[in-house]
Amino acid sequence: MTTQVPGDALVSLNAVNKHYGQLHVLKDINLNVRKGEVVVVIGPSGSGKSTLCRAINRLETIDDGVIKIDGKELPEEGKELAKLRADVGMVFQSFNLFAHKTILENVTLGPIKVKGLSKTEADKDAMALLERVGVGHQAPKLPAQLSGGQQQRVAIARALAMKPKVMLFDEPTSALDPEMINEVLDVMIQLAKEGMTMIVVTHEMGFARKAADRVIFMDAGQIVEDDTPEEFFNNPKSSRAKDFLSKLLTH
Amino acid sequence: MDVIIDNLPAYVDGFLRTLFLSVVSGIFALIFGTLLAAARVSPVAALRGFSMTYVEIVRNTPLTIAFFFAAVVLPRLGVTFQQFEVAAIIALSAYTSAFIAEAVRSGVNSVPVGQAEAARSIGMKFSQVLTLIILPQALRTVIPPMINILIALVKNSSVAGAFYVMELFGYGRQLANANGDAVLWVLVGVAFFYLLITVPLGYIANLVERKVAIAR
Repeated sequence: MTTQVPGDALVSLNAVNKHYGQLHVLKDINLNVRKGEVVVVIGPSGSGKSTLCRAINRLETIDDGVIKIDGKELPEEGKELAKLRADVGMVFQSFNLFAHKTILENVTLGPIKVKGLSKTEADKDAMALLERVGVGHQAPKLPAQLSGGQQQRVAIARALAMKPKVMLFDEPTSALDPEMINEVLDVMIQLAKEGMTMIVVTHEMGFARKAADRVIFMDAGQIVEDDTPEEFFNNPKSSRAKDFLSKLLTH
Repeated sequence: MDVIIDNLPAYVDGFLRTLFLSVVSGIFALIFGTLLAAARVSPVAALRGFSMTYVEIVRNTPLTIAFFFAAVVLPRLGVTFQQFEVAAIIALSAYTSAFIAEAVRSGVNSVPVGQAEAARSIGMKFSQVLTLIILPQALRTVIPPMINILIALVKNSSVAGAFYVMELFGYGRQLANANGDAVLWVLVGVAFFYLLITVPLGYIANLVERKVAIAR
């Protein structure tokens, strides 16, 4: 286990619990993510890893415990929560680009409507971001006209346009065709290298090995392991992690 | 036939009043109905409850009751008006808004939940999520059923004729009484003027439906 100083945690979860009816999806979760750290969350389906990710910007409410972003506790619904969400970028499995807006508008909408930037300013920033993720020439198109990989890269640009303190990725490549996975992972690896704080829920073990500072393994709503990628992949401690990894490696 | 031509000014006057009632009530119903739908999906439980109760009551009672309420009960409660048109507009808007609310709500539900989540995750407030992301997408699917509701509104406005408003049906009744030998033609005339409003509305619905289909 890596030792941490809670004081300098950018994202911290303390004794977080959540139930879906009878199902205890998050069991006493404690997690600290420091600035600049890339944390990859892996685990079998239904282990609660997506719920954990979505709880961090309160797309899922929690039953008890405390979640703090940059030292501030997540507010209840309302203006304060909206303000805090603007600092937390989120990338979804199903992209969720605004279907009625162009690619450029998808990226500029947040900066204009939430941050109050002028259109010229927002357009300039957005074009730079779109160029950076390699879809600049698609700016005037509608999301449905782009491939999945392109849409997901636009979604990353949309989140980055808000200049977030931390980026959450909820299985960003799970809905993509195999040949499009790498173009999205490349953007994410680049982002990790630039020092972005990232929490990534994924099944891409290659990404975890290459870009993660820490790997968190979840099973049945609990954090079972929390270690460096080398340690986790080469020397898993728990039987559940060993079992999970052996299933991955046999295919 | 002659009875229509002889009474053309009456028909035209009735037609214009029917058009007036429909347009004004339609606008109020669209505004109020959309607000009701917004309340129905809002995070505030009290608003959701109010919207649901209102829609359930108004949608499931006859329009005539809405008219009695507006024309008879409201004045007793101290809300008085010079003309019965006002009562008719209140009744028609209140009644139609319940149907508009249900149409808009179904449109809102047709927008994938991920759209709202994405909007919230970039820091938009509830009102922004609704007006910038959800409603623009919902309204596209809602326009055809909405026009059906507006066509029903035009026809429903005939109930005002029974409450001393001289719209098309009000004149129709008067003319039918005065021309007992030509009732059929009197009513054909009335129907013709209703069709003059409702058929183009249906035509617009078709046009919009096709346009939306292309935009997808």
